[in-house]
Amino acid sequence: MADPVKLTIDGKEVQAAPGTLVIDAAKTVGIEIPAFCYYEGLSLQAACRMCLVEVEKMPKLMTACTLPVAEGMVVRTETPQVATARKYMLELLLTNHPLDCPVCDKGGECELQDMAFRYGAGESRYTETKVHTPEKQFSPVVYFDAPRCILCFRCVRICGEGLGVGALGVINRGVLSEIAPNHGDHLECDECGACIDICPVGALTSGAYRYQTRPWEMTHVGTICTHCSDGCKTTLGTRNDRIIRGNNRDRSGVNGEFLCIKGRYGFDFYDHPERLQAPLVRTNGKLEEVSWSRALWAVAARFKQAIADGGSVGVIGSNHTTNEENYYLAKFAREVLKTNHIDHHRTGDVTTLVDALSGKSGKLATVADLYERKAVLVLGADLALEHPLLAYQMRANFRHHKAHIYAVTEGPVREDQYAAASVRGRDYERLREKLKAEPELVVVFDDSYKGDDIRKLVEFGEGLEIPVRYICLVDYSNSRGALDMGLVPGPGGMRIPEMLAEELSVLWVVGSNPLKPAAGGQGARDRKCSFLVVQDMFLTETAQQADVVLPAACAYEKNGTITNVSGEVQRLKRAVSTMGAKPDLEIMGFIAREMGMAAALGPWTPEAVFEEIRKNIHGYEISLPAIELGGAAQTMPVNGSILVDNRPDLVHSDHNGLFTSGTLGRYSKVLKSVVESR
Amino acid sequence: MLYNDPSPLETKVLTRRFGMANSASIETYLATEGYQAFRKAAGMKPEEIIEEMKVSNLRGRGGAGFPAGMKWSFVPRTSPKPKYIVVNADESEPGTCKDRVLIENDPHQLIEGVLIAGLAVDAHAGYIYVRGEYRYLIEVLEKAIAEAYEKGWLGKNIQGTGFDFDLYPHTGAGAYECGEESALLESLEGKRGIPRIRPPFPAVVGAFQCPTVLNNVETYCAAPAILRDGGAAYAALGVPKAGGTKMTCLTGHVNKPGVYELKMGFPVKQMIEEVGGGIRLGRKLKAFIPGGSSCPVLTAQEVEGATMDYDSMAQRKTMLGSGGVIIMDDHTCMVKAALRIMRFYAHESCGWCIPCREGTTWLKKILERFHGGGGTRTDIDLIGDIARNMLGRTFCPLGDAAAMPTISIVEKFRHEFEDHLNGKPCPYEHESQAVTV
Repeated sequence: MADPVKLTIDGKEVQAAPGTLVIDAAKTVGIEIPAFCYYEGLSLQAACRMCLVEVEKMPKLMTACTLPVAEGMVVRTETPQVATARKYMLELLLTNHPLDCPVCDKGGECELQDMAFRYGAGESRYTETKVHTPEKQFSPVVYFDAPRCILCFRCVRICGEGLGVGALGVINRGVLSEIAPNHGDHLECDECGACIDICPVGALTSGAYRYQTRPWEMTHVGTICTHCSDGCKTTLGTRNDRIIRGNNRDRSGVNGEFLCIKGRYGFDFYDHPERLQAPLVRTNGKLEEVSWSRALWAVAARFKQAIADGGSVGVIGSNHTTNEENYYLAKFAREVLKTNHIDHHRTGDVTTLVDALSGKSGKLATVADLYERKAVLVLGADLALEHPLLAYQMRANFRHHKAHIYAVTEGPVREDQYAAASVRGRDYERLREKLKAEPELVVVFDDSYKGDDIRKLVEFGEGLEIPVRYICLVDYSNSRGALDMGLVPGPGGMRIPEMLAEELSVLWVVGSNPLKPAAGGQGARDRKCSFLVVQDMFLTETAQQADVVLPAACAYEKNGTITNVSGEVQRLKRAVSTMGAKPDLEIMGFIAREMGMAAALGPWTPEAVFEEIRKNIHGYEISLPAIELGGAAQTMPVNGSILVDNRPDLVHSDHNGLFTSGTLGRYSKVLKSVVESR
Repeated sequence: MLYNDPSPLETKVLTRRFGMANSASIETYLATEGYQAFRKAAGMKPEEIIEEMKVSNLRGRGGAGFPAGMKWSFVPRTSPKPKYIVVNADESEPGTCKDRVLIENDPHQLIEGVLIAGLAVDAHAGYIYVRGEYRYLIEVLEKAIAEAYEKGWLGKNIQGTGFDFDLYPHTGAGAYECGEESALLESLEGKRGIPRIRPPFPAVVGAFQCPTVLNNVETYCAAPAILRDGGAAYAALGVPKAGGTKMTCLTGHVNKPGVYELKMGFPVKQMIEEVGGGIRLGRKLKAFIPGGSSCPVLTAQEVEGATMDYDSMAQRKTMLGSGGVIIMDDHTCMVKAALRIMRFYAHESCGWCIPCREGTTWLKKILERFHGGGGTRTDIDLIGDIARNMLGRTFCPLGDAAAMPTISIVEKFRHEFEDHLNGKPCPYEHESQAVTV
């Protein structure tokens, strides 16, 4: 790197890399230069004029947000001239701002309030009538109140630059300038709500959150979104044991501030009216509510009987439950139920990838790699719809680092807009020469590449003679963890289709819906087993056929860890609880206790099980501080592949878009409410 | 067509063909030394052309007065990207109406000027960005450009010189803001007309991210004369720091308003009295704006001894600007003048930055109330205060353009504001409405 530039800001010596903006350089020595329109990572505007500072030898005040540091530069940020300029800017902003702070959603979190508090004048000299326009609803989740808008254009930029959607623009001019949606009176976009979060004032408000609470009345819990496998951190604002809001304003986690509609609003399934709140046991052919103790007794009795009779027991795990739950379930199945018939819905052929890379290290890419590596090759997936965080990272990489993106997909994808090359179909080999010229590469592929396709792909990648890392896309929040925790058949074990076809003595389904109608199929499939136990949040097609249904807690109601698509382990933290439902780990623990096998399986607290995972699961010997502090730690199960009789043909992705999320998505009101999902 | 009779005091360089039959046709142009400067320039090295422009002391005629030769020299000699010549014909400054007559009466002079700029910086394409309200000029330009192509003065291998050049007229959509060069470029590219952050300047990163020469119509129109007669001859017409003639738009309360080509440094008093035929109805001068409504106004006293050039105006803390002279007689209400000016800027503010967007509208509202008799004594200071805090703090010069005349009017004509206090109706309203010129 070039030598740092030395300058002085408010008498403090500052060193900064050439090209650093004064506003950022000031931050490094604890000097805050206020700004509305300046936003790290987005294009520069210099529109709000709040960051005006005095620079020696400059005739006028300069905007610190557009001024690069220069050797020997002398900057002053607290002179009377600067203070007056800031005060006037705020006074001007407030001329048309409605000052309805007492009923504004943003009150208490509003940057304009903060600025007025710190830099503003106590009173206004403005006595004329304010410009007023009525509030507009852009979409079920986005409302716009034009008079509150200070026209910082952050929303326009995050939508256009960050999301690559460009659904927001500006109409009219002068004091009548107004943010407008792309379809005249409404938005058609990703409905991600990034525009709302980035709005410094209460101009853009959330349809889900508006007028629900005052921000200071909420408790904030940082946890991980339970929908897709990208593993975005979402901060849930809760009040009275209800989730009121999802966002990630502290920019923590693997996603920074990014969230899609699912992460920001899709938590709403948790209080769906159909949520199960009491165990159900089939009596005279009908499922009837019973007490937990009776339900657990019924399950334990049948389990014990099946073991005693030497009957066949099948266990199907979940893509959404925590690592601890998956580990405990696998252990329960193997050690107590003595069965090898264990499986889960596999959505990406990670097994083959890991096997193909066996013996090599540092070959699995992280979410951060998509932002940092010089080139990315996307195979098959429409990333912007199926893995919006990964697409966002790539887009930011292109904007900030001019990364080369290659898209090899069947149809047109959003990445085509900025791709160095787009290929329709599967012929990635055509790109060999171009890729060889790259300094490094990340390869992202979906379930259309499995088994030998992946071996060929790895051979191709390793033949490029550049460092290549891979991400095998999987669907759900803990799809990767389910595989890592061993929810796969043991020697001679059955897989899901066989378990459903066989007349098992007992089938135990935890957080999964294997009997759901197949895509394009007619109606749910019928169970074949003699006794079906289901743990779930809802009465799914599978639960409807069960003998015992145990109401499970959702991801926002429990602690534990999950592993995202790129093998990064992150912590789930309990935000709320639903009466009657229990975390799956607790349910399993109680069943074990009822069977008298609890001691054999060990304690069933998430912390204790995670310790066991760290000791026993290859690749999970991760550092605790990293994830204790809310970060992510990547697992590397590359050396020593997972022992499984792999059946790549059984791997299939649900290819959820932005507005679907498997069975879970069916219970989200918000995902169904937006026009794009119809 | 011409909108006023010429004055014998004019120095006809750019307007030499004005009044000739079919002055806009290529035949007239070629018959009167037209395109000879291009031929001469084609035989010169680019740096020689630029040197000639520098010697001419030609300063940009759009209002800022930046030396044109120097601006051309900022364009990188070698560039992997194409270079462009862009003509700013977005003439929108109140009081300014010179570019339209230059285009209407002698479009080939502009085309030749553009070609010379093309030779000077090795550009092969140009755009004439015409103000939206000047749509009728597009026909004039299209006709002239078609003639030039037909006669081989545009297109491939112009007149066997090996130089290729294509020229396109383009209309704006009616935004004053697009007269600001970077906003013009945004608009030309099909985007919202919002100014760009500078640096980089258009000479390095201009139209379509390529190096671009961007000048006013009048500036390009001067280039043929400079190349034909030599930079020194052109410079000699003016004053030491600014060469040539200035198209001066004499507007307001004079007997003979119109566009006149006057030598740089022409005395203001003589301009009003002799060129403009004096103030209407034998009245006295009250206020004088030298170069479009964005310049600080001068009082009759300040005009004494002033000449129409950059330095003389700078000494009086105003600007030569675009040459849009506005004369106000002693029956003019200066509060109303300030209001009229502010209505324009409030209407034209693009809305990008806070001080201009909110400041112009706030000022307009106060001035409206004030002029209607609803003002208070504190408003007088408030008007000046808001304007002073816009000055130099807006994103582009539009905010300054709105602030400068306001500040000067409040400072120099404070007593007129006081005359409107205490609910009194405008003391000038009756008289100013009685006379229409």
